[in-house]
Formats: sequence, C-alpha cells, structure tokens
Amino acid sequence: MEVTANAAAENEEVWGGGNRPLNASYGKMMMWFFIVSDALTFTGFLVSYGFSRFKNINSWPIADEVFTHFPFLHGIDAPMYYVALMTFILIFSSVTMVLAVDAGHHMQKSRVTFYMLLTIIGGAIFVGSQAWEWKNFIKGEYGAVETRGGQILQFVDASTGKRAAIQEFAIGVETDRTTHQSSNGIWYSAETSLPTVSLAEVKKGFLADENLVIRTQELNDQGQKTVLSRAESMGKLNNAVAVVEGANLIHNEYGNRLFADFFFFITGFHGFHVLSGVVINIIIFFNVILGTYERRGHYEMVEKVGLYWHFVDLVWVFVFTFFYLV
Amino acid sequence: MASEGHKLAIFRGLLKFKSNQQKIWGVLIFLSIVTTVEVALGIIKPEILMGSFLKMKILNWIFIILTIVKAYYIGWDFMHIRDEKSGLKNSIVLPLLILIPYLAFILLIEADYIFDVMDSGFVAWNF
Repeated sequence: MEVTANAAAENEEVWGGGNRPLNASYGKMMMWFFIVSDALTFTGFLVSYGFSRFKNINSWPIADEVFTHFPFLHGIDAPMYYVALMTFILIFSSVTMVLAVDAGHHMQKSRVTFYMLLTIIGGAIFVGSQAWEWKNFIKGEYGAVETRGGQILQFVDASTGKRAAIQEFAIGVETDRTTHQSSNGIWYSAETSLPTVSLAEVKKGFLADENLVIRTQELNDQGQKTVLSRAESMGKLNNAVAVVEGANLIHNEYGNRLFADFFFFITGFHGFHVLSGVVINIIIFFNVILGTYERRGHYEMVEKVGLYWHFVDLVWVFVFTFFYLV
Repeated sequence: MASEGHKLAIFRGLLKFKSNQQKIWGVLIFLSIVTTVEVALGIIKPEILMGSFLKMKILNWIFIILTIVKAYYIGWDFMHIRDEKSGLKNSIVLPLLILIPYLAFILLIEADYIFDVMDSGFVAWNF
C-alpha cells in the first residue's frame, strides 16, 4: 500500500508541472535550440565558402594582400592586425558579458549594469570596425582589369615588385564617354558610375611604362600569385574587357568574384548578428537599470542574452580563421 | 544556478580557480594567448609549417585546431556548458559535432573533384 501511495505522490510531482528535466528553464533551452540551428546556418555559409575555395584552390585571393589597412596608418602594409584587434575586442566584450552574468547570480545590480554597458560598447566598436573594413574592401586600392572570362589581371611594377595602381599609371585619353543616364538616351536604363579611368587609358599607360607587368589570379608553387613577363603581359592585356575598381557582388578587383560575395554574405550576416546582439543588450541593459530583474528575483534574462552574445563571439572566431588566417 | 554550482577547474583539473570570476579572467588570458599565437603564425608563416598534410598546409591545420580549442573554451566556460547536465550538454554538442564535419567532408570532396575537372582541361575557364 505504502509503495502505491508513494508512486502516486511522485507522479503528482513529475506531471504536476514546474519540472526542469535538464536543469535548464524553458527560455534558456529555447535559446540553446536557436543557437544550435543558427550554428548550422553559419556552417552552411562557411562550408560553401570552403567549397568555392577548394574548387578554385589554385587561384583564390590571398587574404593577407586584401585586408591590409589599419586606422591612421596610411600606405603601411598591415595585414591582419586590424582583424586581430577586432577579435580581441569581441572576446573582451564576451568576458564583460560573462562577468555581468556572474554578477547577476549574486544579485549585484550595479555591477551587472556596469558590465552590460562595457559589453554594449565593445559590440558597438566591433560593428563600427566591420563597417570600416567593408568600406576599405568596397573602395579597393590598386584597381585591376577583367578579362572576358572573368579573370582578374592586376599590375605589378617589375622594378620594385610592388603593386601598381591603375589610377596612377593610366594616361588620359580624349573621350566623350560619360555615365549614361536614363534621361538622355533612347534606352530607359541608367548605368552605374564609370570607373575613374577607362580601359583605353590603362592600356596606354601600361604600354608607356616598360616596368609594368601583369599578375594573374593563379597561384604558383610557392603559393604566390603568378607574375607574367612583359611580353606575356602585353598579350594578356589584349583579353581585358573592363576596368574594375574595388569590389561589389558582381566584380571584384582582388580576384575571384565569389571571394567578395562570400565576404559580404558571411561577415555581413555575422555583423547583423552583432548589431542585433547590441540592440538586445541595450534592451536588457535598460531593464536592469529599471530593476525589472531585481523585482523578478533573478537575472536569468542576462544569462540568456549572454548565451547569444557568446555565440556571436564563437562564430567570429571561425570567420576569423577561415577568412583571414587559412 | 548559484556560483557554487560552477566547476572551477580547466585543463582537466590542471588549473583550479578560487572563484568563477577568476576563472573568467583565466580563460580570457588563455584565449588571448591562443589568438596571439594564431596572428603571429599568420604573419611569420614559418617555412617548416608550409608543408602539406591531407591536401592542406600544416599551418592551416594548426589554425583550425586552435580555433576549435578556442571554441571549446568559449562554449564550456563562457556559455557554461561545463556546468550543464550531460543530457543538455550532449544534445547541444552532438548534433553539431556530427553534422558539421559531415557537411564539410561532402562539400570539400565534391569541390576537389570539380577542381580536378577544371584543371584537367575539359572546361576552358582561364581566358
């Protein structure tokens, strides 16, 4: 009899609600569900990046040559330093977040507030840095020409071995070609603004300077881009059909177009996560100040956004590796 | 979850911390060191590590392993997976651990095949 009674009482406890089988609340569990599925989304992006890269393994752009800017250091070649700094900023904001969670466990409202504020600032700096990184990437540095097959030809000064900017060596050619507006043509379509130099100007400038040679997308045995001889370069330049300055979703002066596409998609998707993370953090920050969680009796909400924030950091660690290091 | 619910040892108990806060700073230092090593290797690119292993540079393997190490500590200590019940732990980690290498394996093998096709000259792409 006693056994039956006990079983009934236990049943009451198990099915009466309020149980936490995995010792995690509903909200926290759902945050984990979201994180796992979002992790798989990022996996899809990064693996398809890997796909395109392995497919073009001997002609993929070299990240060290693409991301060379550092604020206030103009013209100095600083590969990766800035992204490394961004990584440190994001890891540090992850630390302040986990400190806020820890303070929340001890119900210390002022410390939670302080650490949340630091986290928001860190996130904002990161998003700003990413915007700056995008600006440099879109603007481009040296310019290049594109062939009919979509291959990018870049220019190198053979005497110094340094890259040559098309804007500098191009020689002006008289032309009345201007940007076509839909208002002054029989075709009702406008075009995007023309590059600062035309293909004819680049060709003329190239012929005038004996030192200039062409660098193709292909990688040689040392993992460097192949530099052609002057004679080969002259032949190659005849295949050029357009001038490319900077990068967008269609053209990309750094090399393979897919590189720019994936750069925009992956860092953009991640940047969007950081941005929404900052917004959510700000909402929680004000809730902390207003004492919402103090009244609720626990700071679990801080823990939940903390999970999201760490996840964003976690993704960046992978993006950093696959885009900038590998 | 009170602070005493935290497991305070990392590196399989090699390093023990007195409080959760100390552990957080400890993990930060560790992650910073790993990141610094990565960046230093990326800038120096030591000649020894440029050899190839399983179709990829040894240096790149090192980067990927260090990244997974970093991911482990972010997950385990910042996201408190270390303190969760093993049921929750496994249901988070196992799907990712199975699906991600699986997807990567399939797509990279396929990409390598496409590279071979283009490389052996059946398709003109470099013009």
